[in-house]
Amino acid sequence: MSEVLVLVDHVDGAVRKPTYELLAIAKRIGSPSAVFIGGADQAAAAADAVKAYGADKVYVVDDAEIKGYLVAPKAEVLQQLAEKSSPAAILIPASAEGKEIAGRLAIKLSSGLITDAVDVKVDGGEIVTTQSVFAGNFTVDAKVVKGTPIIAVKPNAAAPEEGAGAGAVEQFAATISDAAKTAQIVAAQPRQATGRPELTEAAIVVSGGRGTGGDFTAVEGLADALGAAVGASRAAVDSGWKPHTFQVGQTGKVVSPQLYVANGISGAIQHRAGMQTSKTIVAVNKDEEAPIFELVDFGVVGDLHAVLPAVTAEIEKRKG
Amino acid sequence: MTLSNIVVLVKYVPDATGDRKFEADNTVDRVGVDGLLSELDEYAVEQALQIKEKRADEEITVTALTVGPAEAEAAVRKALQMGADKAVHVQDDAIAGSDAVATSLVLAKAIEKIGVPELVVGGLASTDGGLSVVPAMLAERLGLPQVTLAAVVETQGDQVRIKRDGDTATEVVGGTLPLVLSVTDQSGEARYPSFKGIMAAKKKPLESLTLADIGVDASEVGLDAAWTKVDNVTARPPRTAGEIVKDEDGSGATALVEFLASKKFI
Repeated sequence: MSEVLVLVDHVDGAVRKPTYELLAIAKRIGSPSAVFIGGADQAAAAADAVKAYGADKVYVVDDAEIKGYLVAPKAEVLQQLAEKSSPAAILIPASAEGKEIAGRLAIKLSSGLITDAVDVKVDGGEIVTTQSVFAGNFTVDAKVVKGTPIIAVKPNAAAPEEGAGAGAVEQFAATISDAAKTAQIVAAQPRQATGRPELTEAAIVVSGGRGTGGDFTAVEGLADALGAAVGASRAAVDSGWKPHTFQVGQTGKVVSPQLYVANGISGAIQHRAGMQTSKTIVAVNKDEEAPIFELVDFGVVGDLHAVLPAVTAEIEKRKG
Repeated sequence: MTLSNIVVLVKYVPDATGDRKFEADNTVDRVGVDGLLSELDEYAVEQALQIKEKRADEEITVTALTVGPAEAEAAVRKALQMGADKAVHVQDDAIAGSDAVATSLVLAKAIEKIGVPELVVGGLASTDGGLSVVPAMLAERLGLPQVTLAAVVETQGDQVRIKRDGDTATEVVGGTLPLVLSVTDQSGEARYPSFKGIMAAKKKPLESLTLADIGVDASEVGLDAAWTKVDNVTARPPRTAGEIVKDEDGSGATALVEFLASKKFI
């Protein structure tokens, strides 16, 4: 069975959830080979983690020489691994960095690239991807017709599947050009840990907008009761109530959770573009004319500062 | 290194507030709908102009570059009105339907034709395709590094420093010219063209290039040359109208809890 390369998304060796989703997709296509580019001392734990989610092989690439350099070295690593293993496909998380790696890799390998896939299937021996475009108003089925399919997959495109793979670890020494080591991270300030899931990866997102009046207490309370991430509309970010990293929408994060709860958000096209593909949508808004209500599975016309605390209290009560 | 040339990539896109649709061949309808300079590219033009203004002792030429149908001239016109010095419009019927790979090829060849600048600036993403991969592909083709998604841009001599919200951290990224830079809408409000700017733009040079001019064979671009193929485009079925309740003395909260429980979220 052909190998399918999966680039492991991790922070200092801690494997992030989208990697497991990619491994689940890789199993549909062939034999998953995880590619871990990171510290030598982190490799064993990361290899165990991806093995538990089905990696048959784990390529370990020591990043001592390339740590901190952006994108280009990782694209070179994947190029060399692809030339060595002739994979059936290369799966990369569709994060900002992942898409740039994918873009460079496509040119290097003269291979077609599909970005932001929300689903990947094998149909009659062909790999068919699904994308959601124009603010989620259209669904596009597409396939790569040249070279090795390179697919950047969005978070939540598949459910992680536990089940050990063979997990054979293979050290891979890549040759990195000097040209690839030119742009680098000078300083990084890790995002303050909130104890909440990451916005783009969360199964549930609870967002607040102009209608919060700047007070996110009720929104955050509900988010914590549901184990959700907190998001914000552009209006709330522009008002300085939340940093830009919380913004859901065209110029912020695009999320596609199982449940999206929009509170005090009118539902402008820019916001819809960031959440319209959520599986279930709920809104709470004082204005019954708010366009967000056109999208919802369930809506409450009312004051979020009254409704949300009552919902939170009831959830806590049921949890016991 | 002194900075003498900046190329800004701009794209003409269907107006997001209009009725965007696809053609029978599954390409984006770029003619039948109103279009404009992609809003996100205005920030790229703005940053290019700010860099030029901050480095007033250097003679910097800002060139707006677009690839697209005749209507796309509107995108470079807008950039000229904002203050770009000249514009280049690559226009050729063969280009229609090109994917990001072919688009990056046309951009790279056009840039090589007009002279590779020290700095190429692009926006966060187009407001239609929204791929965000063209700057990376272009950088790869030109053999340049890329520093992307900048919320704050500073340049000094041949050094570029940007601040950005990375996937897991806020990062300061550094690079040395020449390079490809992309900026987000956080980088600063884009200026409106002044009346003077609009008048001045009419006299600024706007060069139109064909594929033959930049040395790209028609067989390398367009829908048939794409490395990916679209099988199907389906309009998302309109969401079936959900249940909407009015909150009266806490009834809204009770109903919402019941809904969440029925969907197994609690």
